[in-house]
Amino acid sequence: MSVNMNLNDDALQHETEPKGAIINGNKPIDQLEAANRFILAQAHEKMHDNRLWDLRKKRDAQMHLIPEWEELRQLASDIKEHTLEHLAYYLEIFEKNAKANGIHVYWAIDAEECNAIAIKIMKDHKTRTLVKSKSMLGEECGLRHAVEKEGIIVIETDLGERIQQLDNEDPSHVVVPAVHKSRTDVSRVFTKTLNAQAGNNDIHYLAETQRETNRPYILKAEAGMTGGNFLVAETGAVVVCTNEGNADLSANTPKLHIVTVGIEKVIPKLEHLAVFIRLLSRSALGSPITQYTSYFRGPRQQGGEMHVILVDNTRSTRLADKQFKAGLKCIRCGACMNTCPVFRRSGGLSYGSTYAGPIGLILSPGYNKHKFRNLPFASTLNGSCANVCPVKINIHEQIFTWRVVLAEKGELSFTKRVMMQAAGKILAHPSLYRAAISNADRALKYLPHFLVYNNLNTWGRQRDLPFTPKETFHSWYERNYMKKGKVHE
Amino acid sequence: MKVGLFIPCYMDALEPEVGVSTLKLLERFNLDITYPFDQTCCGQLMTNTGCQKEAAATEALFVKNFAYFDYIVMPSGSCTHQVRANFTAIEQTEDVKHVRRNTYDLVEFLHDIIRVDAFPWASFPYKVAIHYNCNALRGLRHASMSELREPYFSKPKDLLKKVRGVEFVDLERPDECCGFGGTFSVFEEGVSAKMGQDKVIDQYKSGAEYVVSADSSCLMHQKGCAQRMKLPLKYVHIVQILNGDLQ
Repeated sequence: MSVNMNLNDDALQHETEPKGAIINGNKPIDQLEAANRFILAQAHEKMHDNRLWDLRKKRDAQMHLIPEWEELRQLASDIKEHTLEHLAYYLEIFEKNAKANGIHVYWAIDAEECNAIAIKIMKDHKTRTLVKSKSMLGEECGLRHAVEKEGIIVIETDLGERIQQLDNEDPSHVVVPAVHKSRTDVSRVFTKTLNAQAGNNDIHYLAETQRETNRPYILKAEAGMTGGNFLVAETGAVVVCTNEGNADLSANTPKLHIVTVGIEKVIPKLEHLAVFIRLLSRSALGSPITQYTSYFRGPRQQGGEMHVILVDNTRSTRLADKQFKAGLKCIRCGACMNTCPVFRRSGGLSYGSTYAGPIGLILSPGYNKHKFRNLPFASTLNGSCANVCPVKINIHEQIFTWRVVLAEKGELSFTKRVMMQAAGKILAHPSLYRAAISNADRALKYLPHFLVYNNLNTWGRQRDLPFTPKETFHSWYERNYMKKGKVHE
Repeated sequence: MKVGLFIPCYMDALEPEVGVSTLKLLERFNLDITYPFDQTCCGQLMTNTGCQKEAAATEALFVKNFAYFDYIVMPSGSCTHQVRANFTAIEQTEDVKHVRRNTYDLVEFLHDIIRVDAFPWASFPYKVAIHYNCNALRGLRHASMSELREPYFSKPKDLLKKVRGVEFVDLERPDECCGFGGTFSVFEEGVSAKMGQDKVIDQYKSGAEYVVSADSSCLMHQKGCAQRMKLPLKYVHIVQILNGDLQ
């Protein structure tokens, strides 16, 4: 494969959009296969890498404007850890205060129950159309599809999420769901689904088309749905952060507002909210704050209703697992995805999971160890993710720990298992090891074959092989030192 | 000061000259250096794949070879990190703890332990880009990290500044992973190679003549990418400059 160093915009607009991982029931997702297809779409890959690296750079710039940045991260981490230690306590306070505000509160043990509760509320209110703002919990629960099955029209109101809905694709990123698409890709989707002019890929035209076609639904919808970035226990309020104001349209236009939110989103007090608001958008997009930070403390007057569904869906199990509990601190900013060199080159859809990128590597196997067993290997363990995480989740250490857990549970691929058994044996025995690399020809045959137990074609497909020296360090040492009596042993 | 020298397995077989430079450089400082003859590998291969059971005997062998030294030194940040942070497949005896506590990468050893203040024998009048291995950077803290709000420092740069003529050039993405990642380089070949290609393009655009690192493993991968792309970059281990081997 040749490497094109000068891909221009024209190449991007003419290139076919790469699609995500092949999903086949419970079969392990082959992230690498999808990533390789993503990389073959050279212009898309480059666009994706540049867009997300740009977010990382903006995030760094914001960080440098805040002298107390590292203290803020520590504070945010401490608040989350404290809350998780006393999760039941703060959830009950939230419930009590929310109810006092006139909010209906429900508890859902899993996705199914969450969807069933939401559907029942909507049916009780004779809902034909639901306008929905972006929610990762909604994605996690497959909520949109479940509601659509009941004959209710669901309209996503976030631009990126709407693009993905119309293209029948999951969001590829928790904050920028259509970041893998070019404007021509979006134009193609809108031409097919919204009757947009074919070939018009002007971004203003595209945004306007989405707005004009979405607004009528917002006006006539009987129900609105949002997720929740934070639940403030002290005040019983739900906080939603967006950049398009679409959550406010979804929540405020129809009389019925339903919130679906994970139980880990609760924070104790209003004063703690400021810490997270300062970190969230700076980490996510490199902007000081989201355009809209909406604080829903109760139903609207004049017949409004507000319903909050608190969803567990594996969270209490994670909470009991010391090794992976810290993953619950996540505030879904996506900073780990933006900085991850693997994510930027693979695309979020290659992970075949609601949560992609570094945070996805540690959350996904918690939902299904078998299906997501390959994900913790889609990492070089470089650690950049943990450094950008605003709540200091030890992401790369958890990726490492997942590998150990998966190996123990027999979830390593056959190749990896056999190779590591052989390597473990040879490397523990100096004589076997020396035999394996006894001369340069053998060494080249075994290395990287021997070290990484794969065939040379894999190394050599896009990289030249290392130069083969005449002798190993070991034999050089033997020749120059042992025979001259320089050895101290 | 009894120093045990560990030469990583890939270096032993593929970059023996880096091992030789390391030994020769350390000999200049009047240390009592031993290369234990029965050494093999740090076990990172198995450990990073999650195979603790398979890594245990290799870790035990390492400890057996090196328990009797005051310091264990190796020209690799990555292997050092493996010993220091991840030698957990075996029971944590006093020997194991001693080895883990006293294992140093060459840069750390020169910079923090014996505190070398000059390399008068070395000169290197070239434009140099530094590559930080991720374990050396984020695990051992060879330098400040671009993701954190912290004062700038760089141990490899501090050492290279003591060599006549070295001129530094900056990369657009100074501490982005190059995609080697051990077994990642072959198990996840497509992404690994793409990351490597992007890395060497960044190095090429920086105007560097040489790329220097405290880890040969990343360099092997980058060199392979650069050669395939026919980019005129040269890759050297930091010890080769510090020992004055390349003038």
